[in-house]
Amino acid sequence: MPKQDVAIVGIGASRFDSITAGLSYKELMFEAAIRAYADAGIDVRYDVGSFICCAEDFWEGNSISDEYMPDQIGAKLRPLFTVSGDGLLGLAHAYMHVMAGVSDLVVVESHSKLSDVASKEKIEELGYDPTFARLPGIDPRYLAGLEMRRYMEESGSTHEDCAAVAVKNKRNALKNPRGVYAESLALGDVLDSEEIASPLTKGEMSQPADGSIVVAVASAKKARKLSDKPVWLSGISWFSDAPNVEEMDLGQALYASNSSRKAYSMAGITKPATQFDFAEIDDTYAYKELQHIESLGLAKRAGKFVSSGRANPDGAMPVNVSGGSLGTGHLVEASALARVYEAVLQLRGEAGPMQISSHKKCVVQSWRGIPTQSGVTAVLSSR
Amino acid sequence: MSERVKFFPGREIRSRSIDEVLASEYAADLKYSWASGAAMSRFLIELKNGRIIARKCNKCKRILLPPRIFCEDCFRETDGWFYVKDTGTVNTYSISYVAADASRLKEPLFVAVINIEGATEGMGFLHLLGEVSEKELKVGMRVGAVWKPEAERIGSILDIRYFKPI
Repeated sequence: MPKQDVAIVGIGASRFDSITAGLSYKELMFEAAIRAYADAGIDVRYDVGSFICCAEDFWEGNSISDEYMPDQIGAKLRPLFTVSGDGLLGLAHAYMHVMAGVSDLVVVESHSKLSDVASKEKIEELGYDPTFARLPGIDPRYLAGLEMRRYMEESGSTHEDCAAVAVKNKRNALKNPRGVYAESLALGDVLDSEEIASPLTKGEMSQPADGSIVVAVASAKKARKLSDKPVWLSGISWFSDAPNVEEMDLGQALYASNSSRKAYSMAGITKPATQFDFAEIDDTYAYKELQHIESLGLAKRAGKFVSSGRANPDGAMPVNVSGGSLGTGHLVEASALARVYEAVLQLRGEAGPMQISSHKKCVVQSWRGIPTQSGVTAVLSSR
Repeated sequence: MSERVKFFPGREIRSRSIDEVLASEYAADLKYSWASGAAMSRFLIELKNGRIIARKCNKCKRILLPPRIFCEDCFRETDGWFYVKDTGTVNTYSISYVAADASRLKEPLFVAVINIEGATEGMGFLHLLGEVSEKELKVGMRVGAVWKPEAERIGSILDIRYFKPI
């Protein structure tokens, strides 16, 4: 029996779109928040003891973005802090708040308003070490090209296997109302798309989207009172590899293997390949999903695994049934919380046309994007 | 310092000479285009028309300025638009002698928080005061907006040049 100390009792998502010019980020957040609180059946102004936002100031364009977060999620004059990290890290904080007795009901929010950011690549460039690793005049996503080649070299996965991830996820997104980048593609469409940082092509890269996700997290006692379908957060952990590009493990995702080891041990997972019913994991770039499948122990040879259809919604281990970031858009820090949102729908059996038949337990995993080697792994289960 | 540890390991890290003290310079080139949103877009358009618009919440009865689609107290959608006056009272002010580039200003600028009449107490504008001398400044003084000519207004809070005593 996995741990049942902390549970997700409410989820809400705003609309997802490539551009939301008519709405401010605050209005997007309000849209998600009001839905999450209705879903949890709570009065946010009285019931919530702690709020956590996951936002990076550079994406916000505001050097004290935390100051602007409370009002639109019901946190005015309430305890709130911002985590400069992905949404799953916010969920890890919520877990700690509940376990430490800070509050028995915690709200986690994360959002993307990438359509407000006119210099996305410049912000990614700022992530590189300023003295040693900032190559001028190149789109900073070259690191993804370097990593993809190293991964293929080590794993034996082919470029066709990587492209198959993009085909699968964009096809899965056709059934998702949040499938901003849903498409029915052939392998050749992905492989022949524009080369960005060879071997990586444009078709293998998730594209930016706007959206906000709000998740309400409760103690076991509170969860049983509030919800007849609590989703248990039975394990969560995080990890960072080396900061220098030369010293990172570019072939395997060390942050995924090491954070999952700890999360699995908390949740009593010893055979991830058979104990999980499905996975919602980072697919910022198509090869990343393969790398993560291997590092999370879901399959030994992820390329063959995906290409043969075993990660399809009707396969042995469905991966990103929601369409992932490739199909629903990349939401920067909110990408991981979007994976949580989709996983909770599946676990509750409320995923509509996306619903898969076995949906009791899953792994959710994040990666913070280039040039980081940081990520979080969580185990969620419906019982 | 810990009482328990008398000698800490290692030694102070230092460069060998002043010639070896280097730094990496970098100018970030960041650009944003913030969507004003449903509430603030209407507000800006009304400024262009020479009017100040707020939102009202029928539950707490507040008139919210700047306008917002949600009431942060009641956590619900606000209920409608409400024009407020372009007059108000000075809540507090500061006399600023330093420009944005840190140079000394010959003529100081008067920055003020202005409670706008018609909006709920404590709501209004952060703006400038003009046509007033330093000696005349007073917390609680009544002021009114001095608008730019209509042709020069672009939908910005700077469509109001400043507030002056009335």
